[in-house]
Formats: sequence, structure tokens, C-alpha cells
Amino acid sequence: MDDETRVVVNAFQERFGAELVEFRGEVTLVLPPQQIVAAALAARDEYGYNMLMDATAVDYWPAQAPRFHVVYQLYGLGHNRLLRLRVPVDGNAPVVPTIVPVYPNANWKEREIWDMFGIRFEGHPDLRRILMPEDWQGHPLRKDYPLGYEEPQFSFNHEQILSTKLHPKE
Amino acid sequence: MGEFEAVHDVNIEELKHLVSERALRGETMLLNMGPQHPSTHGVLRLLLELDGEIVVTCIPDIGFLHTGVEKNMEAKTYQKAEVMTDRLDYLNPMGNNLTYCLAIEKLAELDVPERAQVLRVILLELQRISSHLLWLGTSALDLAAMSVFLYGMREREIILDIFEMVSGARMMTTYIRPGGLWRDVPVEFEDAVRDFLAIMPKRVDEYEGMLTTNKLFLERTVGIGKVCAEDCIRYGLTGPVMRASGIAHDLRKVRPYSGYEQYDFNIPTRTGCDINARYLVRVQEIRESLKIIEQAMNHLPYGPVRSNNRKYVPPPRSELGTSMEAVIHHFKLWTEGFTLPRGAVYVATESPRGELGAYLESDGGPKPWRIHMNTPSFANLQAMPLLTKGHFVADVVGIIGSIDIVLGDCDR
Repeated sequence: MDDETRVVVNAFQERFGAELVEFRGEVTLVLPPQQIVAAALAARDEYGYNMLMDATAVDYWPAQAPRFHVVYQLYGLGHNRLLRLRVPVDGNAPVVPTIVPVYPNANWKEREIWDMFGIRFEGHPDLRRILMPEDWQGHPLRKDYPLGYEEPQFSFNHEQILSTKLHPKE
Repeated sequence: MGEFEAVHDVNIEELKHLVSERALRGETMLLNMGPQHPSTHGVLRLLLELDGEIVVTCIPDIGFLHTGVEKNMEAKTYQKAEVMTDRLDYLNPMGNNLTYCLAIEKLAELDVPERAQVLRVILLELQRISSHLLWLGTSALDLAAMSVFLYGMREREIILDIFEMVSGARMMTTYIRPGGLWRDVPVEFEDAVRDFLAIMPKRVDEYEGMLTTNKLFLERTVGIGKVCAEDCIRYGLTGPVMRASGIAHDLRKVRPYSGYEQYDFNIPTRTGCDINARYLVRVQEIRESLKIIEQAMNHLPYGPVRSNNRKYVPPPRSELGTSMEAVIHHFKLWTEGFTLPRGAVYVATESPRGELGAYLESDGGPKPWRIHMNTPSFANLQAMPLLTKGHFVADVVGIIGSIDIVLGDCDR
């Protein structure tokens, strides 16, 4: 870790109660969910991390207790440094405050996380499904969601499969 | 009603926070464009709110090509999951392979031999040229310039033939593997690339002769689809779109990978911020890529193309007949696969469209616990409302072309 990143890490540890994880030279700060907006704002305005490169989530079910982690990749165009923020979220009605006011491009990325993991973003201007169909049931990237093999149709079970399908092909 | 009933009607109630109030009063028109529209470069649907012929807002609707790539990759071992990465951005399979392999190599701290590094750079730059050629052809075709398409496809074929020569496949190559390459390039490779280098600069002049000062092309591109540098940063736009807005940001320079720091090349930038600037940046990038390939060909070292670390890289076929160790490694790698240490890494490369990132998280097992591909098409398409505002419907077609989306990359 270089000196400039050290300054950011120290400040975030003090102000937001962040926990530092360093792996293969990549700096990750684990924050409580209610601090994410303030932390993103500080990162953008005070420390020059002016771009949100990526936002995604990870599901640790069934091994870990806060089931989800939302992961943000921040990048500073001026100083060419990366910073990763992680927010653990409980699996029971998961909610994280949105960072769309700080980084406008979080809009689609948070919609994707909602679509794929079912994590709600409080205050998001347009929280609809983005990749799956509007009427889809469930959130595919959760670990308890099956990979989904279609049941082969034969003449004896044809009627039965059709009766349980929302939008049968025929 | 009856047999022509729509599966899902557009419900204005669902979208009323995205359109203007005039649309709710019926003063503007909502027009559906796509998903089966030839100029949307795939299956992209745009809901346009129009005032006469002027676009008020544009609501992109994506996901028609969603194939659950990330979910499928989690269910496969690391080697088998690589095949899925070809299918993301089908105009940049080498780049996708490389991004995924770099993530694995970073997590495993795996070394890559020098010859493999240089060959990777050559193949990636050929891939960049082929992607830009297809972009040039199709987006010029959208603006009614027919002949560039035919010329561009002609040169792209040469590159695809080179890919077929090295990997056996024209598009879905899976040639770059963790720890190096699948196998060494054939002896014809060098001549084929040299021939390509010899003819290509003149061909790029031909394209430029057809478009750069073409009055009809300029009418359709100058001042259309503007996005300033600040908005590029706010909306996370990367790649040629960002460089056409005056920001000299290229991951090959700022965070070099695969030895890009050894090559002498420039980052073309423009300050026009419009479609024409993006066109000029991409054409210049083709020339810069040719420069890189030439330097790499001149310094192509001899040696192995795969790492000698047998815990991750299968042994050569010749060893299987003589070494018990090699048989065991071969068997282990192709049945249960290799395991990676616990942890998470994020690696990004410069794809022809922008920053292509791979976020790979391992739980210590043989399959990726979580792999997320951060794709440039997804990031760049998000700015469509910003880019199209106030332009004619006919220009929407040009703007979609200018941000160079690949829907397989966007929907994953």
C-alpha cells in the first residue's frame, strides 16, 4: 500500500469504522451499510476517487452470517488508484442506501444487483429489474437459486408442465 | 386481443417517473425502437419519447440477450468457465479470455513466459483492429455509407483467418489460458501477420478517404451525440468515447498488463466529444495497434508459451508417456480442476469498447465462488438518455453506433 492510500485508509477507519483487508496489493475497506453514502461522498470529494468503475454483490449463503456483501470499485482518474468498498448486508430483507446521488452510473449497476440478488437500494430513482423479464420470480445469482434445468416434455407430462408455467412456449 | 395479444404491454404507469409530464398528458409520442431493429446492433430496445421528430428522453431496455453467464461460470471449474467468457463480447473474445486469465493469474500468483506475453499482445491488438473494423463498417452502414462495410469486412476476414490458424476457431477462440496460451502459434503465423501489417496501413487510408472528409458523413456526425469530459467521468464512460472527449485514459498506459509498458504507442484523443471525434479516435487506434503489433513481432522471443507451474497448467502431451507425475497432474487438472487461494481480486483490461473488468472471488475451491464481468457496453449504454437528448430520431441510430455496444457484452 502506498502512502496516499494509507492516508485514505486511516481516515476511513477513524470516520466510518472501516475495517481494512489487503490482498494481492488490493485495498478493501469493509464498512457498515449506513455509512456507504457518506463514505462514497468523502472518497469522491475529498480523496479524488471520481469514478465508480463497478458495483456488484456476493452471496455467502449458507456459510456466513451477514449473507450478502455489496462491493464497489472506486477509481481516481487524477491519481490512478483503485479502492474497493464492501458493505455486508443481512439476508433478511436486505437494504442498502443508494449511492446514485454520488455516482450517477450506480443506477444501472444497483438495478442489476437488485435483479440478480434481491438487495433493495433505498432511495434509488428507478429500481426495476434490468436483465431478467419484468415478471420473473426470484433472484438468479443467489446461491440458493437453482441453476435451472428445464424439465423435458413428453406426451405423458406435457399437460402438467404447461399448467405450472407462467408463459408456456406454446 | 385474440391470437395477436402482446405478452407484456408497455404500461405508462411503470415508466412515468422516466418520461416527461407532457408524455402523460399525451402531448409527446412514445415510440418503440427495437428489439428487432437492424441498427440497434443486436437486441436492444429503446423507448423514445418524441416531440415531433426530436428525442425528449430515451429509455433503454436491455436483457434480451441475458444468458446467465455469471451463474453458469460459478457452476464450472476455472478452466471450463473460461469458455463462457468468449461468449460475452463476441467481437473481443481474446480480450475477454485475457481479462479472466489475468484475474486467475493474479489470484494464483502464476507466472507467464515472455513469449506468451508478447503473443498475447499481438493477438489482442489484432482483435482490437478486427473489432474496430466491424464497428467502422456497421456504424458507417447505419449512416448510409455502404462501401466501407464491405471493405472493413474484407480486412476483418484476414484477422479471423489468423485466429483460425492459431486456435482452430474464428471467433470463440479460448486461446489464452491461465499461465500462458493453449499452445504455440504455427510457423505460418509470422508470415500471415507480416502480410497483414504490410497491406493494412494503405487500407486504413482507403477508409479515411471514403469517410473523413466526406461531406455527407460529416453532416451526420459533427456535433451529434455530444458528451463532455465531466459527464464521461460522472457516468463512468470509458474507452474511445472518453478519449473522444479529451481524456487521455487508456489502461494499457495507466495500469499496464501483459508487458504493454515495453511498447511505444500513443493514446489518440480528440476534443470534439461527438460521433465524428469517436470515429477519428478509433481509426487512429487502428494505426497505433499496427505499430504495437510491428514492435511485438520484431521482438518475439523464443521459448515456452505456458507456465511450468503444474499445479495450474496441464503438462505437455509428450510428457504423459514417460512421467507418472505428469499423468497425475493431467488427471487432477481435467477432472477436479485446480483450486485458488481464498480472496478477491479485480483486474481490468482495455477492451476495444472501454474498461473490461473481472471481479473474481475464490472460496478456496475448484470453482469460482463469484465472478463478475464489468463490461464496457453496459457502462456506456447507460448514458444513452444523455447522448440522445435533443437530437433527431435518425441520429439515434448514429449515436448507438458511435458508442459501439455489443449486446452480448451488455446483457451477459
